[in-house]
Amino acid sequence: MNINTTKIISLLFFIFSAFYLYTAYQIQVFAFDENAPFNARTFPIYLGYAGLFFSGLKLILPDPNTIKVDHKSLEYKKTGLLILIAIIYGATILKVGYFLTTSLFLFVSYYFLGERRWILMFLLSFPFVAAFMYLLHGILDIYLRDPFLQSIGVMG
Amino acid sequence: MIEGILIGLTTALTFQNIFMVMVGCFFGTIIGMLPGLGPMTAIALMIPITYGFDPATGLILMAGVYYGAVFGGSTSSILLNAPGVPGTVATSFDGYPMAQQGKAGKALAIAAWSSFAGGTLSAIYLLFMAPSLSKVSLSFRSPDYFALMILGLTAIAAFSSKGQFLKAMMMVVLGLMLASVGQDSLSDITRFTFNNMNLTDGISFVLVVMATFAMSEALTIILKRNDPTSAAKQVSLTELGSIKINKEERTKMYKTIPRSSVIGFLIGVLPGAGATIASFLAYGMERNVVSDEEKEKFGKGSVNGLSAPETANNAACSGSFVPMLTLGIPGSGTTAVMLGALLGFGVQPGPRLYMTNPEIFWSIIMSMYIGMVILLILNLPLIPYIARILAVPKNYLIPLILFFSVTGIYVMSFNNFDIYLMIGIAVVATFLRLYDFPMPPLILAFVLGGLMEENLRRSLLLSNGSWEFLWDRTLTACILATTILIVVWHIYKTFKNKN
Repeated sequence: MNINTTKIISLLFFIFSAFYLYTAYQIQVFAFDENAPFNARTFPIYLGYAGLFFSGLKLILPDPNTIKVDHKSLEYKKTGLLILIAIIYGATILKVGYFLTTSLFLFVSYYFLGERRWILMFLLSFPFVAAFMYLLHGILDIYLRDPFLQSIGVMG
Repeated sequence: MIEGILIGLTTALTFQNIFMVMVGCFFGTIIGMLPGLGPMTAIALMIPITYGFDPATGLILMAGVYYGAVFGGSTSSILLNAPGVPGTVATSFDGYPMAQQGKAGKALAIAAWSSFAGGTLSAIYLLFMAPSLSKVSLSFRSPDYFALMILGLTAIAAFSSKGQFLKAMMMVVLGLMLASVGQDSLSDITRFTFNNMNLTDGISFVLVVMATFAMSEALTIILKRNDPTSAAKQVSLTELGSIKINKEERTKMYKTIPRSSVIGFLIGVLPGAGATIASFLAYGMERNVVSDEEKEKFGKGSVNGLSAPETANNAACSGSFVPMLTLGIPGSGTTAVMLGALLGFGVQPGPRLYMTNPEIFWSIIMSMYIGMVILLILNLPLIPYIARILAVPKNYLIPLILFFSVTGIYVMSFNNFDIYLMIGIAVVATFLRLYDFPMPPLILAFVLGGLMEENLRRSLLLSNGSWEFLWDRTLTACILATTILIVVWHIYKTFKNKN
């Protein structure tokens, strides 16, 4: 059996399905439902077995269309950085507010992706977010929580 | 039906809805032109905007984005030989050679008129077919629905891509597993929440769509160092040539369009098939029916070869609405996203939709006509300029996609956990994409998960736990037989290719 990354993913999925199946069996159902033809754990149990079946097949059957990925050509650094910025953005958006965090997220992301045209970067962050906020909050009446703008009295 | 058409027209022809179709078509065309970013991403990015609208307007906007994206995909196929969406790959076979001969304008015009005709004709088919199918589907029982969902999921896995059936089935199971998180709909027992209160209501559909499409596509572009906009920079307005179609070319199109629209529509109706298969089939059929002289021109800039796939892929878009509107079961990943959005609006699609919400049912169909007209107006004179707008570097495009994704989740839940969960799913999806694990089956399964469990529950309870319900009714047995046929056919094809 040829071991490649697709097989490793299938193995991980197999383990995940086994864990899912174990957890499905642990679902607490009402006593009167225990022997019912269908209860809260029935469908997940079938899914667990289906996961084991398909990932098991993928593991044991030969893989004629092996996907080879050249990891050296992949841009892990920038991708990781962008994910980190997105996590920080997600962590601060509620406390600081939509306008400031989103504008900063866009500005910093442009910078890390290699952009250096400062005026364009600014225009496509702060004024752009303000216009988008106006569209959502002002025109479409979609509530946007923004403690920062509320504290300076811009938003009601 | 006349009353329904009038209701639809009244709703679709309001200023707001016409404006939404225009916005949708424009936005969809731009996203569709970017190789790698398809209609599902375009629709996913539009979801936050639709929160502010009523269901009909929201769905009209999303439908506009859908047609626009398929239409836009053909533009990049013709001008750059870089199909924006898989459904327009066949367009490049004759569109690009035509553009290389200095007839890019003509190729764009043929594509635009063919798409318009294909979309309009299929909207007419839909107009007549959807109400009749709705009436028929009223006789469907839980076992039939369960079997139909199995068929839909198997079909989308089988048609997802060559040699990826098992991978697609794994994605189907993963989608169903994600859908099972949260409270059980009947007993309210929580499942797979691991005592996390944020998961009690389950994982949001918008979150999964944003993570697996918009966000993961953006991350994939960065990871693979792709620049979907770089090719657009090469487009020059002076290279387009005339957009006039002569009499001989028109005569060829008159013959191609009706037959390709029928193929496109029928393939679109089938669960899992969609625009890609429709366009390839139409291209193949057209090649078989034309004269030997014309056959020689295929692949070198044939009018028939360009018109057929363009007609079929737009017809398939309308066709894919049939199972969604009449059965409440989406036939493709894109209509699954729309179904999820519709459920978010509190509207239950299905056979009763056209009775309970006629304004939604009919306005979507009517807006298709309006959408096609707008696309024609938009594409013919404006495409060269739109192509230039596309020369926006990825340095701006990627953060904007991420921004729309996070905004979509933020305005929905105001919860940090959802944003982290979205990023987590997006990272996993990006990794899976690298190894060709298809995402549309996951989305379709996620949307159908709840309905599937509900119908299985009813079927098993009615049959007292026996699985005989699968062959008790002729209709259920027929649907299951079709599913088995698809699997057998797929296995046969795999072995045949191997030998």
